[in-house]
Amino acid sequence: MDGEILRDPTRRFVLQSGAAVGGGLLFSFTVAAESQAAAAAMFNAYVRIGPDGGVTIASKIPEVGQGIKTAMPMLIAEELDVEWSAVTVEQALADFKTYGRQVAGGSMATTLEYDGFRRVGATVRALLIAAAAQSWKVAPETLTTEPGFVVHAASKRRVAYGELAGEAAKLTPPDPKTLALKDPKAFRIIGQSHKSQNLDAITTGQPLYGIDVRVPGMLFATFAKAPVYAAKVAAVDLAPAKAVKGVKDAFVIEGGTNLQGLMPGVAVIADTWWAARKGRNALEIQWADHPTAAQSTAAFAAKAAALAKGPAQRVDYADGDVDAALKGAVKVVSAAYSYPFIAHANLEPQNCTASVKDGKVEIWAPTQNPEPGRKLVAAALNVPEEAITIHLIRGGGGFGRRLNNDYMVEAAAIAAKAGVPVQLIWTREDDIQHDFYRPGAWHNFTAGLDAAGKVVAWNDHFVSFGEGTTFAPSAGFNASQFPGRAIDNYRLEVSVMPLGVPTGPLRAPGNNAFGFVLQSFTDELALAAGKDPVDFRRELLGEPRLLGKPGERDSFHTGRMRGVVDKVAQMSGWGRKLPKGSGLGVSCHYSHLGYVAVVMQVTVKDGALKIDKVWTAADVGRQIINPKGADQQMQGSILDAISSTLRQEITFEGGAAVQSNFGDFQLLRMSEAPPIEVAYVLSDNNPTGLGEPAYPPAPAALCNAIFAATGKRIRSLPIGDQLA
Amino acid sequence: MAFTLTINGEARTADVDGDTPLLWVLRDTLGLLGAKFGCGAALCGACTVHIDGFPVRSCVTPVRRIGTKAITTIEGVGATPVGAKVQEAWKTIDVPQCGYCQAGQIMSATALLNAKSQPTDEDIDAAMDGNLCRCTTYLRIREAIKVAAGQKGV
Ligand code: FES
Ligand code: FES
Repeated sequence: MDGEILRDPTRRFVLQSGAAVGGGLLFSFTVAAESQAAAAAMFNAYVRIGPDGGVTIASKIPEVGQGIKTAMPMLIAEELDVEWSAVTVEQALADFKTYGRQVAGGSMATTLEYDGFRRVGATVRALLIAAAAQSWKVAPETLTTEPGFVVHAASKRRVAYGELAGEAAKLTPPDPKTLALKDPKAFRIIGQSHKSQNLDAITTGQPLYGIDVRVPGMLFATFAKAPVYAAKVAAVDLAPAKAVKGVKDAFVIEGGTNLQGLMPGVAVIADTWWAARKGRNALEIQWADHPTAAQSTAAFAAKAAALAKGPAQRVDYADGDVDAALKGAVKVVSAAYSYPFIAHANLEPQNCTASVKDGKVEIWAPTQNPEPGRKLVAAALNVPEEAITIHLIRGGGGFGRRLNNDYMVEAAAIAAKAGVPVQLIWTREDDIQHDFYRPGAWHNFTAGLDAAGKVVAWNDHFVSFGEGTTFAPSAGFNASQFPGRAIDNYRLEVSVMPLGVPTGPLRAPGNNAFGFVLQSFTDELALAAGKDPVDFRRELLGEPRLLGKPGERDSFHTGRMRGVVDKVAQMSGWGRKLPKGSGLGVSCHYSHLGYVAVVMQVTVKDGALKIDKVWTAADVGRQIINPKGADQQMQGSILDAISSTLRQEITFEGGAAVQSNFGDFQLLRMSEAPPIEVAYVLSDNNPTGLGEPAYPPAPAALCNAIFAATGKRIRSLPIGDQLA
Repeated sequence: MAFTLTINGEARTADVDGDTPLLWVLRDTLGLLGAKFGCGAALCGACTVHIDGFPVRSCVTPVRRIGTKAITTIEGVGATPVGAKVQEAWKTIDVPQCGYCQAGQIMSATALLNAKSQPTDEDIDAAMDGNLCRCTTYLRIREAIKVAAGQKGV
């Protein structure tokens, strides 16, 4: 059965202590489902077991296509010891007090919750055993479980979980820390592939996403913001919008100056979204002057070039004596790299539904990170946070865009002013032009090699955006990136310039660009050293050892990286002779606690690039929770990276984004997607997430392959027409 | 003005302006929410429906142009043998990630298999290149089309 089509939210997991649920009825729900839910025993905020043995598990992390709604419940079901087919998954409400961190970001869910979720399942299992022990008057230690049953082997008795659930839920749960977890060898669910949730709903077009939410009395809204970020509405005549058939209202939202918050604009409310859009198109809005209008891509580039020439504003990290080592080097290699701003372009444009009534706010949001949204709404509407209920709606793509909640506070502010529930849907143009962009930056490298071709010095003058010592959001760089700490003389210099354009995290924030510059320049050094690119990386990695402190997020194990490099070299038949015009490129990068290496094979003919094949190997610990789901994330990350590397770029003129739709901001297409072979190197480390770490190494693998095929070094993204 | 449309074999009436794109008539007037809004400019394919069997971008199709032609949406395509096969293959291969593009992908794939029951890779590229998937599920879409065509076991 399909666990969750949008329907009555009161059926969902809500604890008494949790936020109150308003009466917003979403579609019709079956009475049977409701009464079954009422009869089911609620064990905790995650698990409910019905008399028929049906298990409902709440998934607390927002689902945006990363498959968390499958992977996390699998952990609970494993230790609970039930058949996966008996499990229905429901999305939990946003409820920080009950669930703690509910963020789809940073590939952190697996890392943070792997043991905790298993203990949730183990706790419920212990309660079921305790209930059986009481009724049979035997010691709990004499009982075991088989999927869905408690078993007393000595007397050959067994009882179904569904029969025990009512009693068991009344018992006091044991301290989760005292519970023994399963030996991984006994896993029956973890490590097996399980399909995505909501497959039936997705494939038959049932309502599931933010734009599918329907609340009684709801109207649709568009919201026009200034092309120059945070510019105020200077003047607008609302009459032409109001004259459009179906338009119910139009008004100015004052907004503020916080780029992450409620920005100024004009809302149009109508009985259909098309009417709201027509009304908006009828408006001529005059926007106030704003200093960001002086910013542009050309001005950024000119400023970056000037900064790169001068002495750096500061040194963020230094090991050894880089200047002396460069003087003593046999060969010095310099290269300047850059990459552009890019947009997330989730296929589902930003949207949110909000209802504000009697001091209570109810929100249906495809968000990756509800709690900061709650704070924004509380501040904008001047209501207490407890008065806000947030339903987590499946997002049509996340990629970090929905970690910000601008659409949420906009919907709430518009609904409050309109006095009726409102569904705000952005146009695609809004979406591309009002993103929190992955910021562009420039890296000016100089490195020295000794007579043996060993890297003895590495300097990176990183030119980015920010003010003083603060980087703009997601515009920083940390020196712990490999090969930092592996080279004796290593320095990171930084210069920044101010930025008035909103920026923010995009899949593997920072790393999605660092992998490109670091691994491309490493390739240049291999060439200068006269060494094979794979061998050169092996030498750079050196003996297996930990760089940095154990347990710290930025510590880096050279041996784990060596493992994936060796694996991918073997998979791809590295060193093979290829026909002229074809080449292999390798790259490896560590991010989000995952070690990933990629090899790509490309052919360039008459300036046309074809990616023939991709191989990738990852080390994300000892256990792959959901193998097919993991492959999806690995392949998806790499294709996403190829997509941005090939053509994507957001440029700015007069402080506003130039690109506006998929015609000028192009996504990868079916015919361009190469086959990708995926392998995992299991290592004795805790399992970590896979939503992101395969992205960062991919761009350099592609560009290094292009170099191998053509001798053309790509130092600036996107590749665009550089091969023509 | 009132338009009578034939949608998934049923007559449905919508009182809307003639320039309203079919997508918004389906979604906001008739409550058929399966076709998705991605770009509004025939650039992504998320809104794909069939009109007389041909895949059409409903976001740029004014309702007045449809007349009596038969509209099939993702909600109704499962009632056709090929549509049902495609939906089944999509589940077997577990194609979706976020799933938002998939209604459009299934409609385009069904139209392809209706026109050519044994497509080559090139046929698949040609038929599917206008359907963007931001999650890049393309490898599985290709596989699922082959499964639906009976070219590939599972
Ligand atoms: S929404 Fe119609 S093609 Fe994109
Ligand atoms: S599955 Fe997310 S856009 Fe295709």
